Parts: sequence; structure tokens; C-alpha cells
Amino acid sequence: MRDLSLHVLDLVQNAVAAGAKNISLLIGEDGEKDLLSIEVSDDGKGMAPDFAACAKDPFATTRTSRKVGLGLPLMDMTAKRAGGRLDIDSRPGEGTKITAVYRLSHIDRPPLGDIAATVKIIAAGCQGIFFRYEHRKGHNAFVLDTKAMREILGGEVDFGESAVMEWLDGFLREGLLALDKTEG
Amino acid sequence: MKSLEELKKLREKLQSDTKLRAADGIKVIVGMGTCGIAAGAREVMAALMDEVKKRGVAGVAFQQTGCIGMCDKEVLVDIISPGGPRITYGNVRPSDAGRLVAEHVVNGQIVKDLVVAKSV
Repeated sequence: MRDLSLHVLDLVQNAVAAGAKNISLLIGEDGEKDLLSIEVSDDGKGMAPDFAACAKDPFATTRTSRKVGLGLPLMDMTAKRAGGRLDIDSRPGEGTKITAVYRLSHIDRPPLGDIAATVKIIAAGCQGIFFRYEHRKGHNAFVLDTKAMREILGGEVDFGESAVMEWLDGFLREGLLALDKTEG
Repeated sequence: MKSLEELKKLREKLQSDTKLRAADGIKVIVGMGTCGIAAGAREVMAALMDEVKKRGVAGVAFQQTGCIGMCDKEVLVDIISPGGPRITYGNVRPSDAGRLVAEHVVNGQIVKDLVVAKSV
């Protein structure tokens, strides 16, 4: 994985595979605390406690538990290397929350990468799933909620439709650029 | 500035095209397991979407799926035409997007040299 936005795509795919109906992605960049946090939570089927305990270990993962595979171990590794950690909070039947924390200024922290491309592809592919993305940077915040999009577009329009994708692309890129604006 | 207001305007335009979309219904599915993502699935998907947009093709539904076990052949792209077989393309690079869209999606011609599996 070249950057964090690809890890995010991977985490969300896990949530989709777990049968989630609601997926939330929260990214926080806090310069004062020198922290970058990525949190993906879902209401999917969750993991059994013994599986959640070994999900970060690639060698403890058997073929039957392949739905997680190398994704979490790789992310755990990059987080640890950048002065952070990866936490798994999962309950069977309730859902899973994965939190990755990095030291924002750490030299080994991978770049966030093209998060707009990741979010666009998630939103386009999330048929029947509500996906909410919130990105906070200092005091600024940007939110994309596919529930709000669905309310506006009605039930018949596919998010994969190119006109919607184009809007989504512009909305994300402009919204993320605005995060860098200082107040005042 | 792209706003939710603009999305509302899009709605009317899109709903008038709904019938056309339902008739087309070609599906493009990209494998997005860890293996696929690491091999560049996101870039392939973005290139395919770009190509569809560039050519103004209506009615293409993009989907993603997890790992299907052919990790060594990632990036994997499935194209399913209504009533047609499911064609699986392997080792797809963003530079192949043009051919897949022009030949298969638009003209219904299978891009033979990229095919790794075919199922009905």
C-alpha cells in the first residue's frame, strides 16, 4: 500500500464484506496534538473475540478468515512505524470499529494520498449502503453523506452514473481544499 | 462551487434518462480486496470511469468486489452484459481502460488477450 488512502479503501471494503448497512469514515488531522487519526466504523456482522484478537497477525490468519487477510496487519505495521497504533473494537452482531493513529509529523508516516479518489469509488460502489465521510483539519470540517445524496437524487439514480461521479469528484476536491483555509 | 444545490439540478436531468439506463445495464466490477488495491485497482477503476465519461456512455454500473482468489492476476475486472457471459479480465492496467471500454462496453467485442476467465 503506497499511501493511507489505499488503506482506507481496504478498511471500507472489509466493512462492505461484513454486510454493513452504515459505514462511517472519520479522518482527523490535528496539528496541535501532532496526530492523524483514521476511524472506520460499521454495523456489519463483527468479529468473534478470538478472531479480533489475532486479526493483526498475518500468520494467525487462516484461509477461512481470509476476509481480513493482510489488510489489517499491513496497516498495523505502518501505524506502528509512524509512532502510532491500530485498534480493533468489534462485537459479533453489532459491528466493528477500526482506529488507526499516526504521528502527523513522523518521517515514516505514509502520505494520506488521494483520499478524494478513494471516497469517490466507495460512494459509487456503495449501492444500498449509507456511507458518511467526515474529515477534520484543525477547526475546519468537511462532510460527505450518501444518505443526503440519496434523499436529493431519489431512489432511481445510480451513484455510479458519470454525471453524479463528476459532481462527487468536484464536491470532494473543493471541500478538501477548503479544509486548508485558515479562519478569519 | 459544487454544492448540494447543484446535485438537485442534476436529479431532473438524470431522471429523464432512467429508461435508457435500465435498458443498457452493463456491469463493470473491479476486484478491491487488499490484493487488488495493492495492485492498483483504484487507479484502474478511476481510469475506466474516466473513459466511460469521456465517451459519454450511459448506463454503465460500476461495482466493486472483494478478493476472489486469483490474487496473482490482479487487477481483475469483470464485465457483464445483460444476457451475456461474465468475462473476467486479469492483469489490467489503467492503460487498458480505453480498450476495455471502447471494444467491450461500447461494441460488445471481448478483448481476448486480457481474458482470464469466462462464465455464464
